[in-house]
Amino acid sequence: MVMNRDDIARLNEDLLRPLFRTSGRFYWAALILALIVIVALAAWGYQLWAGFGVAGLNRPVYWAFYITNFVFWIGISHAGTLISAILRLANARWRRPVTRCAEVITVFALMIGASFPVIHLGRPWLAFWLFPYPSERRIWPNFRSPLVWDFFAITTYLTGSTTFLLLPIIPDWALVRDKAKGWRRKLYSVLALGWRGTPRQWSRLETAMHIMAVAIIPVAVSVHTIVSWDFAMAPVPMRHSTVFGPYFVAGAIFSGIAALILAMAILRKVLHLEDYLTPLHFDNLGKLLLMMSLFWLYFIVAERLTVWYGNETSEMAVYWPTQRGPFAPLYWTMIGCNFLVPFIILSIKQLRTVAGTVVASSTIVVGMWIERFLIIVPPLERKYLPFAWGTYHPRPVEIIITAGTFAAMALLYLLFVKFVPIISIWELKAGVRQESVVPIPASLLRAPDLIESPSPSGLTRGPAGFSREVS
Amino acid sequence: MPKKPVIYALCPDPEAAQRAVEGLRRAGIEARNIAVVSSEPFEGYEFSRRDHQTPMPWLAALGGVVGGTSGYFLAAMTQRSYPLPTGNMPIVALWPTGVIVYEMTMLGAILVTLFTMFISARLPNWRAQLYDPAVSDGMILVGATNLSQASRIEANRVLGEAAGGQVKEVGL
Repeated sequence: MVMNRDDIARLNEDLLRPLFRTSGRFYWAALILALIVIVALAAWGYQLWAGFGVAGLNRPVYWAFYITNFVFWIGISHAGTLISAILRLANARWRRPVTRCAEVITVFALMIGASFPVIHLGRPWLAFWLFPYPSERRIWPNFRSPLVWDFFAITTYLTGSTTFLLLPIIPDWALVRDKAKGWRRKLYSVLALGWRGTPRQWSRLETAMHIMAVAIIPVAVSVHTIVSWDFAMAPVPMRHSTVFGPYFVAGAIFSGIAALILAMAILRKVLHLEDYLTPLHFDNLGKLLLMMSLFWLYFIVAERLTVWYGNETSEMAVYWPTQRGPFAPLYWTMIGCNFLVPFIILSIKQLRTVAGTVVASSTIVVGMWIERFLIIVPPLERKYLPFAWGTYHPRPVEIIITAGTFAAMALLYLLFVKFVPIISIWELKAGVRQESVVPIPASLLRAPDLIESPSPSGLTRGPAGFSREVS
Repeated sequence: MPKKPVIYALCPDPEAAQRAVEGLRRAGIEARNIAVVSSEPFEGYEFSRRDHQTPMPWLAALGGVVGGTSGYFLAAMTQRSYPLPTGNMPIVALWPTGVIVYEMTMLGAILVTLFTMFISARLPNWRAQLYDPAVSDGMILVGATNLSQASRIEANRVLGEAAGGQVKEVGL
């Protein structure tokens, strides 16, 4: 199929509609989400005013809900840029409607995740002490601390992900500029940076995106590896494990894909994008999710079996409460959410539908949050000497702030969709055209001097890519 | 300053755009005076291969080297300037410094790629440029600038043939 002008007009209309038309549902959704976020901010304000005691953190459990949320959201951030970069480098054709939905999740999830270490601080106004800057009081950060590595890793990943998201938006902003009127036209004229779409601009954009895709994959892997080192570098039972790096990376990709499927399903339904986010996308992502579910189970078994076989007293004191003690309900819920339910749904082709993948993804998001909680809290409750053991119960402030971050994510996504086409329009057009053109092997190409000669078909005869239209 | 006349046509498909570009070249118009603007990249066509060469990957690598070196000096000089008690272990430890160097290497490469992309794509540029909003509807703009009177007539003919008649003239 070759896109004619009617197809292009329909595509522009479908994908620009959310920017130009605002329904009452948008305002209601934004209002409700904003209210939840305001309540969460108020809860944080209360925590600052009343002191950290209202958070339920006490000896020996100083890391709990907030750090769980930190790890969870950093994991969710792996949905976008990493998956998008892999699909881009693999030249997976079905990726085009998916990539921007995914990249947005990365940027917002990173922002939310990175805010948790600050929320976790008793005196957040001193957060800048973590930054590497000269200080006459000799409070340079300790570069041996994985928390400082976190700062560098998250900064790099956030910079890279934001760049990776924004660069391909520029041509779409130019499109919005051309279609908009009034204040929108002025706004998008500025945002489009004067983009026209010359061959030079396209070439530079694609080269930059290729370099970014290559660079961002190792950065994404490093980010979650370093987050895992926040735990694994300390000699805490059930944490001091060499498997933690890859285990966290696999878990992050796993939860990230689940979050992506949920976001896509909501966008598809609310913005009527059924023609663009098709069952094929959910089927393909469902297969990826199934693979990651099996990977996740492999890591869980590898980690747990090694601990059980070692039978070390301090580790077993943490191990058994999660298997058949007070944390067992959470542990087995996690196994059900992350493996049993997704495996049953996603391994049966007839169930790997839009609805099926959404159900599986929902359980995975819940299961992965529980997994982060179980990594963080049980080892602190039963660390080494029994006289120092304690228990942790979340307090309302922590629960409200946690709920607020989910609302913040939804609100940011909602506002983004209002200002940016959520599907990359130019990439979609290019994808449709490329699929309608069969490349001729390089061995059949003639000399480059034919570039200058007229061709009956009007197509290039240069070494760049001899093409022939087939439909 | 008087405005320079520019003529352009809107081609309905990349084949027509390619014909227009080739026709303009045959009419003696230099490649640098031929402008093509489209709403998507047309990688299979020769007109899209202009200005394809870029040192961006090398500059990104250089940015990585600069970033990594900066990361090393930041971590190493800091640790030497404010040495912490390490119990006879190295002040500048290999692994922690390596993590900082790694992250700064990638950050350097990413930032240099970003800046190189903007500079070499000549963005931002909010001045008046050769453009037509119909490009957003899938048309491909092919235009010619700096024309003599003779080449202007010839360019008009070539563009008219390629675009199916309508040729526009503007001043920039």
